Amino acid sequence: MATSGALAPATRPAPAERRRRGLAGVTGAFWLFVGPFLLGLVIFVYVPIIWSVVLSFSRAQNTVTPGDWVGIQNYIDLLTPGPFLDSLVTFTIFAAFIVPLTFALSLGLALLLNQVTILRAFFRSVFFLPTACSYVVASLVWKLSIFNGVRFGLANKVIGIFGIENIPWLATTDPPWYWLVIVTVRLWLQIGFYMILFLAGLQRISPELYEAAAVDGARNAWQTFRYITFPQLRATSVAVLLLLLINAYQAFDEFFNLLGNSSFARPPLVYLYYTAQGNQDYGHGTAGAVILALLIMIVTLAQGRIFGFGRAE
Amino acid sequence: MSSALTPDLVPAADQQELAPPRRRRRRMTLGRAIAQVLRYLALAISAVLFLLPFYLIIRNALSSDMDITAPTWTIFPTDIQWGNFRELFTDPSVNILRSLANSAIIAVLQTAGQLLICSMAGYGLARIPYRWATPIFYGVLVTLMIPPAVTFIPSFIIVSQLRWVDTLQGIIVPVLFSGFTTFLFRQYFLAFPRSLEEAARVDGLGYFGAFWRVVVPNSGAFFAAIAVITFIASWNAFLWPLVIGQNSSMWTVQVALSTFLTAQTINLHELFLAAAVSIAPLVLVFVFLQRYLVQGVAETGIKG
Repeated sequence: MATSGALAPATRPAPAERRRRGLAGVTGAFWLFVGPFLLGLVIFVYVPIIWSVVLSFSRAQNTVTPGDWVGIQNYIDLLTPGPFLDSLVTFTIFAAFIVPLTFALSLGLALLLNQVTILRAFFRSVFFLPTACSYVVASLVWKLSIFNGVRFGLANKVIGIFGIENIPWLATTDPPWYWLVIVTVRLWLQIGFYMILFLAGLQRISPELYEAAAVDGARNAWQTFRYITFPQLRATSVAVLLLLLINAYQAFDEFFNLLGNSSFARPPLVYLYYTAQGNQDYGHGTAGAVILALLIMIVTLAQGRIFGFGRAE
Repeated sequence: MSSALTPDLVPAADQQELAPPRRRRRRMTLGRAIAQVLRYLALAISAVLFLLPFYLIIRNALSSDMDITAPTWTIFPTDIQWGNFRELFTDPSVNILRSLANSAIIAVLQTAGQLLICSMAGYGLARIPYRWATPIFYGVLVTLMIPPAVTFIPSFIIVSQLRWVDTLQGIIVPVLFSGFTTFLFRQYFLAFPRSLEEAARVDGLGYFGAFWRVVVPNSGAFFAAIAVITFIASWNAFLWPLVIGQNSSMWTVQVALSTFLTAQTINLHELFLAAAVSIAPLVLVFVFLQRYLVQGVAETGIKG
């Protein structure tokens, strides 16, 4: 997750307080409050990551105990052309669709909602409602009802009206219709969430700016959007783009439920799932997890460098 | 990025947006009227598309398989199959009640546990002037760069070493220590008015007393927002419960649905009814707690 803002030490001891309560009191209180969390963080985050880094240099078939050292062989295996690199390609294609589409559609709905008054709360609730739905349930509806490959599938019913033959949406690679299924399911699930973020961003724009723009001769809606709304949404837009990218990177549920272990679209987490849980190959599994973690850290740090942590509008 | 991480005194995001930006002139011209009609048309079409999947779930859940697969589309089953409910809940090969119970236990304990552990940690990091607080906070921040899903194999390894595979605690406990939730609470408590706590201090309360008697009771909306978001995420979680709850007695409702979907061992109408039952609790949360949900999304989405 992105981290930004307010990194300054929050806890400068106030001298009077220190005198009154004593250092032991402060230390005890701190560990009472933060201790349980830190203990859990060490056991369930730090230890597993260190363990995995060590294990990734071992051959670990059916075991999670390091020992059978193979150097960087697991990494070499993954980074030579093969299913792991293919999975990164799959992620890239997926992100190229889902990130701009979600961005444009959620911003569009937010702008529309911001310009109407009647039924505004109703429409907002409708667009937000899919947030209550899980990826599993949505995949179920997409696979068995909307994009069912047989004639009672809704999509085939609709194209049938125009005399088009049934399409086996999830089972054909020519053309790769499964991308339509994969992308629309996530669009439906997440547009409402990002729309709320944009609505919150729009609310923070001062109405005076629009009045000033009108005085300065902004003629139409496009000019207002281009010179006022969009620049003012910069911080929100950057955050939304990063969130979309990070969430696409972790895509698992819809690929797993719609395509399973199918080789034509297997994102990184699906590949690692079948490597570790399917083949019990924890050496390659942990090496893959380490690579993915490093990649996402680089992206997060790079966006911090490019856009500046917590820089205001 | 300044977020709305503020105490109750400040209106929530959804209240603010009741007042849309005022326009320069409200003169109703023909062009404006047409634009407004087009906007409502676009919104209405979008709304139909967004509601379509819910319609399909309900329609299929209350149909017979014959109606679902019929060559002509029935808008809604003429004779609603209420018997589908009895069939679903008594089907021994599905055991939907067990998986619903697992999901409920996991979601409730995860939400309560995460709120308790992360709010206290966030408060300690924000307010207690301990010497090592800043380095420790940086140690928490580093973990935020790696989303938990990416490290599901490392997490599985530690759970297997604890012999917690196929247990509810294996699904629940590792998720409790969320660096992200702790970070959100810390940011929130930094903005909490110090004067209230100082009043508590004058009354002789320590950090513990001030937190429980003054800070928590005045932070209801923020706790509710985080709780709603956590509950939904927990109820809908899939990868982690799939990895840990391998035995069918440990399946959450999501894992159960996924298994039936990929294996297609049960009837279509049963599957859709199970899906409908699985989203019912969240739709209730949604209807009654939407204010907190919207606030939670606005606050957790863009933070810091």
